[in-house]
Order: sequence, then C-alpha cells, then structure tokens
Amino acid sequence: MSFLRFVVRRLVELAVTLLGASFVVFGAMYLAPGSPTSFLLSGRSASPEALAALNAQYHLDDPFLVRYLRWLGQVLQGDFGRSITYRTDVAKLLGDRLPATLLLVAMALVVVVVLGLLLGRFGAVRGGATDSAILVSTTLAIGTPSFVAAVLLQGLFSVKLGWFPSSGTGDGLADMLWHLTLPAIALALYLIGMLARVTRSAMLEELGSEHVTVARSRGVPERQVISRHVFRNALGTVLTTGGLIVSTLLVCTILVESAFSIGGVGQLLELATTTKDFPTVQAISLLIVALFMLVNLVVDLLHPLVDPRVTLGSRRSAA
Amino acid sequence: MNALDIQGLRLQLPGTARPVLDGVDLTVAAGETVALVGESGSGKTLTSRSALRLLPPGARAEGKVLVAGEDVLTMDADRLRALRTGQAAMIFQDPRAATNPLRRIGDFLTESVTLAGKMNRAEATERAVSLLGAVGLGPELLGRYPGQLSGGMLQRVVIAAALMGDPALLLADEATTALDVTSQAEVVALLGRLREQFGTGLLFVTHDLGLAAAISDRVYVMYAGRIAEVGPAAALFEHPRHPYTAALLAATPRPDAPGGRLAAIDGQPPDLRQELTGCAFAARCPLATELCRTVVPEPVKVSGGHLAACHHSDQLEGSTARV
Amino acid sequence: MSVALTRRPGLAALRTGWGPLHLLCLGFAAVVVLAALLAPWLAPADPNAVDLGGALGGPSADHLLGADAAGRDTLSRLLIGARTSLLGPLGVVVFSTVGGIVVGTLAAWCGGWLDSLLSRSTELVFAFPGLLLAVLIVSVYGEGLLAPVLALAVAYLPYVSRLTRSLVLAERRRPYVSAYQVQGHSAWQICRRHVIPNIAPVVLAQSAINFGYALMDLAGLSFLGLGVPALTPDWGRMVFDGQTAIQHGYPLSAVLPCAAVILTVVAFNVVGERWADQVARRDR
Repeated sequence: MSFLRFVVRRLVELAVTLLGASFVVFGAMYLAPGSPTSFLLSGRSASPEALAALNAQYHLDDPFLVRYLRWLGQVLQGDFGRSITYRTDVAKLLGDRLPATLLLVAMALVVVVVLGLLLGRFGAVRGGATDSAILVSTTLAIGTPSFVAAVLLQGLFSVKLGWFPSSGTGDGLADMLWHLTLPAIALALYLIGMLARVTRSAMLEELGSEHVTVARSRGVPERQVISRHVFRNALGTVLTTGGLIVSTLLVCTILVESAFSIGGVGQLLELATTTKDFPTVQAISLLIVALFMLVNLVVDLLHPLVDPRVTLGSRRSAA
Repeated sequence: MNALDIQGLRLQLPGTARPVLDGVDLTVAAGETVALVGESGSGKTLTSRSALRLLPPGARAEGKVLVAGEDVLTMDADRLRALRTGQAAMIFQDPRAATNPLRRIGDFLTESVTLAGKMNRAEATERAVSLLGAVGLGPELLGRYPGQLSGGMLQRVVIAAALMGDPALLLADEATTALDVTSQAEVVALLGRLREQFGTGLLFVTHDLGLAAAISDRVYVMYAGRIAEVGPAAALFEHPRHPYTAALLAATPRPDAPGGRLAAIDGQPPDLRQELTGCAFAARCPLATELCRTVVPEPVKVSGGHLAACHHSDQLEGSTARV
Repeated sequence: MSVALTRRPGLAALRTGWGPLHLLCLGFAAVVVLAALLAPWLAPADPNAVDLGGALGGPSADHLLGADAAGRDTLSRLLIGARTSLLGPLGVVVFSTVGGIVVGTLAAWCGGWLDSLLSRSTELVFAFPGLLLAVLIVSVYGEGLLAPVLALAVAYLPYVSRLTRSLVLAERRRPYVSAYQVQGHSAWQICRRHVIPNIAPVVLAQSAINFGYALMDLAGLSFLGLGVPALTPDWGRMVFDGQTAIQHGYPLSAVLPCAAVILTVVAFNVVGERWADQVARRDR
C-alpha cells in the first residue's frame, strides 16, 4: 500500500472514531437526570433572560441530532461554546492554560523515555542483583498512582528539604521549569516503571535470539551487539506503547496539577467537573481523545521506519 | 598446520551427571572437508561451536581446541574476537534466525570486519560485493532486508558473511537443513566450490549421512559425546566398523534399495543425567557383551586413517553396509 | 489463533523466581481484604470523630497511628477506608467481567454485523482512558461511588470482551460444540454449561489484573473529591486531606494512606500477574 493511501485511510478512520467520541462526549450530557436546563444550571439560580440565553445557546428546542450536528459544526470551527463557570469562551480558557500543561507533559515524557529506556536496558544487560533491584523498584513505581507520588514528593522535596516550590506554575520559562520539575516526576513515575519493564522484557527476548549469538560468533564487540541488535530491535515494541504513554500523561495531569495547584488544563478539568461546567469538560475530553488518536497515528507511521517487517497497515500495536 | 585440531575436549554442563563431550579428538586439515554426523543431542553442534568458544552458560571445558595452532579455550577476549572476525567463521542452521531482520544485508555482511577495525567501510563494501558475486548474488542485495530474500538466497548471504574475514576454518552447522531440496543442493555445491577457491578447511555438521558421504573427505561419527568412528568417507560408509555407524546406515532411507525395510535403532540415547560406564552405545548394541558395559572402548585403528571405538569392531570386518 | 491476556505493558515481565515476593503479596492482599471485612470491629475509634485538640498528633495510646488535621484517628480511617477503597474496584471488576463476557460471547457467537458493531465500539472505548470516562460521567452525575464505578467498568470492559471474543472463537471450533449442537442443545445452554466455564480461568485472570488499575483510578477520583461522598473515609480522600498535614510538617497522616494505596496495588498486581502466568502456562 502506498504511503499516501495509508495516511488517508488512517485519517478517515481517525475521523470516524473521533466522530464517535464526540457523540459520546456530547450525548453524556443527556444521561443526566432532569432536564438539560436544570443540569446546565445545576442549582444556580437563573434569570429568565439567562434561561433564554441558555436555550438559545444550546438550541434546546431542536431535536437531539440537530443539536449534536450544530454543536459538532461549531467544534470543528474551534468554537467549544462558553464556559458556564468562567463566562468566557472555552477555546480561550484552553488557550491560556494549554502551555503549562504541554510543558509539564513534555517534561514528563522526556523523563519517562530517558529513564524508562535506561533502566530497562540496564536491567536486561546487567542481570543479577542490578536487575532484581530494578525489578523491585519498577514494581513499586507501577503501583504508585501519580497523585500519591505527587503528595510524597511534595512532602519530601518542597516541605522538608525546600528544594522545589510546592505549588504554582511560575513565570517565564526557567521559573516554570523549576516549578514543574516535581510535578513532572510525579506524572512520570508510573510510566517510567512501565516503560522500563517493556524495554527490559523486549530486550531479554532479543538477547535470547539466534541472530545475537551469530553477531557474537562473528566477533562483533558486546557493546555493539547490545546497541545494534538487542536495543535497536526492542525499540519497535517500545514504540507501540507511545499512544498509551501520552494519553496516560494527559489524563493524569488532572491529578498532578490539582495536587501542585498548577494552572493548566488538568486543573481546569477538575474545576469544571466539580462545578459541572459541561462545555469545558466536553472540550478537554475531546482534546485528550484526539491527541491519543493522533499519537497512535504517528506511531503507526513511524513503526515501519523502526521495523521493516512491519508494513503500513499491519498493526502490531499494544493496546 | 591443521585448520582445526581438537584434542581431548571434555565439556561439562551444570546439572548433568556426565560430560556432554567426553574426550573428543577431531582434526580438519587446511582445505579439507570433514563431516561430523550423529543424532541430535550427540554433541556435534557443541563440538563445532567450541571452535569459536560459543559455549553454553556455566559450561566447563577441558582439553584443547586449536584453531590455526592457537588454543581457543584459553585465549583472552581481544584475541578471541580477532579470531572470530578472521580465522574462523560459522554458518548457522536457520538463515532466517541468524540474521537480524531489522538490519540491511550490507550491514550484516560488513559489520563484523568494520567494527573490529579490520577494514574501513569502503573496503568492506567492496569485499561484500565480490563475495556476493562469489555466491551468485548481485550487489543490489546490499540495501535489502533479510525479510525480502528467500531462504536459499539468505543462506548464501550468510555464507558470504562467513567468508568476509577470509577464514581458514569454516564451520557449517546443519547449514542446509532449513532449506528446501533444490536450495540444499545449490548450497552444497557452492560450499564445495568456495572451499576450492579459498582453500578453507570445512567442518560440516549434519545428521544427513547421504550428504556427508557426498561432500566430505573424512567423516566423524559421534554418539553421546564421544567419537564412535572416524575414517575416509568411502571406507567408513562402505565398510562401517562401529555397530552404531552400521545401524545409522541401516536406518537411512535409500531410493536404490527396492522394498528395503528401514531398521530403526532400538532404545534411546543415554540420558545426560545418568553416568555412563563402558561404551555409550552398549545398551542399544546387538554385539554388546559384559566388557562393553564396563570398559570404555578406545579408538582402534582398523585400516589407514579409519578408527573405530568398539571392542568388537573385528566382528564387523568385511561387513558392507546394506545397500 | 493466539490468545493473549491484555496486561498493561510492563507487568508481563513478572515471572517465576518471584516466590517469596509473591507469597508476601498474597499475604498482604489477604490481610487488606480481612481488614476491610472486619473493619467495624477492628477500628478503635469512630473514623469521623473530630477532635481538634488532638489534631496532627503523633502515635499515642489513644491514636495508635496518630491523628489527621481534624484530629480524626488515622488507624480507624485506614481500616474503614479499606472498605470503600476495595469495594469500588471490586464493583468495577465484577461489572466489567460480566459485561465483557456477555459482549465478547455475543460478538464471537453471533458474528456478522453484531460482531463488527461491538468491535467498533470497543475501539472507541479504548480511545477513552478510564479516568477520563469516569470524570466525564461524574461531571454529569455529581459525586458518588456508583457513577464512576460504572464508568470505569465500561472503560475496562473492552479488555475483557476482546479476550472473551477470541477465546470463544477458539472454543467454538472445537468438535464438542458441534456435537452438542447436533444433539439439539441450544446455543445458550452450550455457552452457559461448557464454553464459559472453559474460558473462565483466563478471563478471571484478566480481571484480577484489572483490579489494581481500578483501585488506582478510583483512589485518584476520590483524591479529587469526585468519588466517594466527602464524609466517607477513603484512602484517596485521606491522601488529599493529608496534603494539609504535610504542609504543616506532620507527614504521618498522609504517608500512611499513600503506603496503603501503593502496597495494595502492588500486592494485587503481583498476585494477578502470577495467576495470569499460571493460567497461560496451563493452557499451553
């Protein structure tokens, strides 16, 4: 299959799934008990004018499907409606808060990839006591939810030792990096453990394969055997976890950002959920789902480059 | 000087009661083709791998394995690596498993010599192209991946790769077993040609007696970690002097023996977890006596260059293999 | 067809040679479950009794594990909290297992449009991380345990249904099924009496693996104040309450629930993986 046809086909698939996701996100509102108006107001008193405005905004007199299609049309134009709590455009809210979250996720991603690959490689190659120590610590990391890591890191490094600020986002890049260090580690911890395990087992599998023995029998130095044959071959398996890693990072920002009071999208999602600010919840949910699918698409496109056995369209993805 | 000279090699694996290799003596002269035959588990693969010191983890080795006069078992890591990139090379059973599916053919051919610093990239690529030519393949393969080649083509690539360091000793471990019949014949013919062209000694490990007879100058028959019989190919196959060789020949299907029954060898090879007293084949041997069960038979010369490790090899004198 | 449990990547590496750790984890899991069952009798104090005078106190005769920022007894809250903290994931696992078996069996047995519809929906649900789906539902329903448990059950259902589908497809090809069909047994009877009991160990192993993850997700929700109602003791909520204590330099009331969450998740993960390994080996 040609590259272009594959990309087009995957983009269509992505659009269809996104359409389904948007339907879920939109339809969830109607699962609520009571009328949509009472749900949207959820106890807030409203003047007749405000009620009329709500009715006009949501076109509550139209049939469900018409309302959905109209909402979808607006979303496609980047209009996610108005936040009920903040009384501003959701798109603008997101735009203000996205940089902090993206920086946080990017930092965590770097930590996950670097430490996960290093630890996994180390454990597989060294074996023995090193490997056991890495196995035990990664087992602990996989059992530690990000909010628990956040609270423990906060207690140790900001309250007790005072090395890092315990909350806030900071101003300017350097200050932000300093503020976001602990949150990024908290966000990364679980995934470091997971990625280290994936890397380790993929490398062990390769280490036992015949072509590694062959490379050794031909006098290829051990370091190159590891990097050129073992680690390199494990990367394909590691890559398939990319979508899972990014979506886990995005979702867990809701926990970490509220633990560290970071003014990002995650905190916004938490606030919007507690105040039943549904348009905001809808927008953020769609954003996360779309990013997850986008990353999976990129992984699928990259996979044949990493592993020539994988041809475009045949997926070996780890869900 | 012999390309390979194994003297009294004993190999003990952890958790076993007796050595997997028990006093193996084997030589391959320069330019000679030697076949090493035996059932699976007889130790023939371990013997050939010992020439590159590819031993299983935890294995203890005694004796000498001389490649071009140097003992492989005692040399340091640098020297061993140099030997593996140069004097000795191995062709493995399954070319599909022996090549890294993620690396191009060109990379596979050149990585050993370039990483060892024996050649630069350009020299290595030039040699790779000429060797691909020697095995009947074109230079366009350099950019391909193993998955894009057929098994027969890939085994030729593996052979070319083994020749990259201009080895004096080539070890072929069941090099044709994984191939279909036509590629098998091609690869066998190719190995013969290459041996003449490059003057390498060839140790051909196989369980296929017909193939061994066709390709080799001399044949070693191995049973339970010991050499049972050794001799010139024609003499050994026409007048076997060890009951195991005779039984193996009888168990080999032959198209020219009309209606011939195949004689399976009764019993199983001895278990590695049990100690052996006497001859390893005694339990399955029709000629076995009390002597066989207590005393290990030494190899006895039966004619020029033909030795058999059997107390009763004289009973087989004048025998011919059932043809 | 090769049938594999969907583990979250990473844990599949737990293999033999983990004897002592596995026993330790099995023991710890048993202790936690027992503590949750017997909590009302074990708890030395009312978990919600506020005593501002004793706030942030260290371990003492009155409060064996100290007290939190509102002076509530930490040990009692841990014990009672174990109930909600385990009950939620249990609900998730039960609902997702039952639902997943039904959906997977239907998809495999009926095939056709139903199969493709169910498979498509599975793909869709995979795009929603469990926590996000739960937040979405909570934002509609408000706080409470049932809504997030159902949301997570939906999120975890595809792991079970996909596994069930491939297992049933493999089982259906076995000769005994057509033998029963020839004898006039209904599809429902064959599934209930033969197919589902045969595939149950593998599916249950998958569910055991899901338990630890559901615990993490639900504890996270109650940390955000979105899960259990405010007054119900819960480990996630205790971690949230403990943040204030930590800021004041009294980490004990935060560290204890943190440790409870981590150790319980680790214990269930290790036990579940071990079980999955054994089932996988037996089937081979």
